[in-house]
Amino acid sequence: MTTIPRKGRLKIFLGYAPGVGKTYQMLDEGEELRRKGMDVVIGYFEPHGRKDTIAKTEGMEFIPRRNVEYRGAILEEMDLAGILRRKSQVCLVDELAHTNVPGSEQAKRWEDVQMLLDAGINVLTSLNVQHLESLNDQIWQMTGVRVRETLPDWVVDQADEIVVVDVTPRALRHRLERGVVYSHDKAEKALENFFTEQNLCALRGVAMRYVAHEIEEKLLVEEAHKSATESSAHADHEAALRKERLLICIDERPSAAAMLIRRGRRVADYLRADCIAVYVSPDAGLAHLSQDERDAVEKHLGFGRNLRIDTNVIEGRDVAVTLVQFARAHQATQILMGRSASNGGKRRRGGSTLQRVVRLAQDIEITIVAERRR
Amino acid sequence: MRAPRPTPEELLRRVEAEEEQARRGRLKILLGYASRVGKSFRMLDEGRRRKQRGQDVVIGSIQAKLGPDVERMVETLEIIPGLKVRIDGKDDEVLDVVSILRRNPQVCLVDELAHDNPPGGRHPKRWQDVKELLDNGITVVTAVNLQHIAEHQDAVEKITGKRALQTVPEAFIRAADEIVIVDAPPEALQQREPGSAANTRRLSELRELALLLVAEVVDDQLQQSLESRGVSTFLGSQERILVCITPRSNTKRMLDSGHRIAERFHCDFLAVYVRQKGLGEADESQVESHLKLARELGAQVNILAATDPAAAILEFARAQAVTQVFVGHSLRKRWRELLFDNPVDRLIQSAENMDLRIFPHPDPALEPQFEPHREPDFQSGPRRASS
Repeated sequence: MTTIPRKGRLKIFLGYAPGVGKTYQMLDEGEELRRKGMDVVIGYFEPHGRKDTIAKTEGMEFIPRRNVEYRGAILEEMDLAGILRRKSQVCLVDELAHTNVPGSEQAKRWEDVQMLLDAGINVLTSLNVQHLESLNDQIWQMTGVRVRETLPDWVVDQADEIVVVDVTPRALRHRLERGVVYSHDKAEKALENFFTEQNLCALRGVAMRYVAHEIEEKLLVEEAHKSATESSAHADHEAALRKERLLICIDERPSAAAMLIRRGRRVADYLRADCIAVYVSPDAGLAHLSQDERDAVEKHLGFGRNLRIDTNVIEGRDVAVTLVQFARAHQATQILMGRSASNGGKRRRGGSTLQRVVRLAQDIEITIVAERRR
Repeated sequence: MRAPRPTPEELLRRVEAEEEQARRGRLKILLGYASRVGKSFRMLDEGRRRKQRGQDVVIGSIQAKLGPDVERMVETLEIIPGLKVRIDGKDDEVLDVVSILRRNPQVCLVDELAHDNPPGGRHPKRWQDVKELLDNGITVVTAVNLQHIAEHQDAVEKITGKRALQTVPEAFIRAADEIVIVDAPPEALQQREPGSAANTRRLSELRELALLLVAEVVDDQLQQSLESRGVSTFLGSQERILVCITPRSNTKRMLDSGHRIAERFHCDFLAVYVRQKGLGEADESQVESHLKLARELGAQVNILAATDPAAAILEFARAQAVTQVFVGHSLRKRWRELLFDNPVDRLIQSAENMDLRIFPHPDPALEPQFEPHREPDFQSGPRRASS
């Protein structure tokens, strides 16, 4: 007889910037669990040369990192197989948003963590708010930094517990000045660039609102469960009536598409709506596109699938008409389009694709997502 | 966007304010959403770290009941004992302001900021004691729980059914130089003291309130720091929604939706109406009822006078750093002529940096069609020379 292992619990220590003390608090909790008699190991720990933090790991069991060769250099990565073999009750994994060396079994550390949870191992992990996919544009707008390492929001949504690790920007900047976070020369640059008081304030506000929102989401879901069990037929009926369906229109212009997809995912999450993405191709198999454009469309579709959006390529000579027909056929209640569709591309009689969609779909809500600039 | 150049009087006032600020001690508040999140521990830990870095730190007040971890930390710091009083058969402790002032440390740790002093003392409230320390140049690190902030009592009572007796005004909290949230998931609190599912829920709601309060304070501080440097722009972390009111669009749905989003995501909610000439009586009364509804739903209502409504809305939206504009679909009437001068089209063309949400009409069948004596929704502005 086989038994399916219970999924492990995920606890995330969320900070608004490096150096706020996420790892320290994670280790602190690991230590406490160990004192309570649980079997705790460190799966991955990034010391960054921080003395206080390193001291915290004393007496803890480490799973040795594995060496990976990449372009002639030896790099160290978390040893997923080793952790799975060791199968402790609790595993500490630093830096959830980390991207693994190319050629690793999984591209991202959060995927490794997913496997640990599936194996029934409880995971404590650390994460900075700027790595959340849905906040990528907002953070770029506020700080001027385009964060490259991102993870889909659902990874965080599934967490059993999120803890905000907070310090004031002033205290964080002092830590940097004292060389607690980075080496002195690196700290100086950091203070001038990313760690400005303004950036830190903005990121901190975002982190608080994000967690407040996560809490509210959980409360609402619980409430829905409760009312569903209390009067299940009635609730189902009502839910069906209210179910929204969002349609995201992707085009081949690369700049705005990722922003549009992220935004769509976020709105759909807010509304608890279904989310579909569509690319309308005037010819079969994207034949009208250049290789670059084709790659861009493929990339956007892949990005959408990664965010658990149902993606489609449909054919139609007239993009606006095809889009609106598709929206009606799929009972979309809201269409999301980028502003780029209003000027670029072939102008035709009757205005741009965007203007024409707006006129053709007077019965559907249409959101034109701004290409946010700084 | 640049703020107007400050006048010499304004500059002088700022310099004086800054000097005053420099003389005062700094106030740092550790905010928790409930008891047992670990505020006292954090406060003492901060005292310990500051002492290690060479600052002169004393404890002005500390809770009587402490865990062993906290006890150990207390032992490493100098204590200025509180004044013991016995009121109505109950022991109470008052911050010994005189002794602290005489001792004049750099930093004083004060637990339980929301403490009422017994009558006849120096100040009725502990936060007033703290204010005196600050005025005398002593930096104070203190701890307080959400339920003790006066302006949040109603909200907290709604959740917990209990009302704290001792309070601190929110203005005092907001004026702090630094505020830190001491967070712990409700599950963790329950491990220390097991509770029911309902209790977890209550704690979650309190936690959300506390996080949003700190987010607001953080946004305010960001705003102030930008303004002090002459930058007047909104850079907060929240969305700002603007609903465009017109007589015929589905304004009710737009307002409802704006209101719901504003409530749920705690964003700012604005409504704008550009006065139009020559409206029929029915349309005028529609506008009035829309404006009334907007106010009832808590929107910040603005009425503009302009010959070009689309331009006026855009200008207003930019100045207010709006992130989402809600408008109704344009009426079909004469749309061929309006093709390139249709206000919604013009918003689509020019509304950069903000999202535009276009709402369907309430009931297309009832939509007024082709009535020549009536003006369409926005169309009162000058035509563009050519398109």
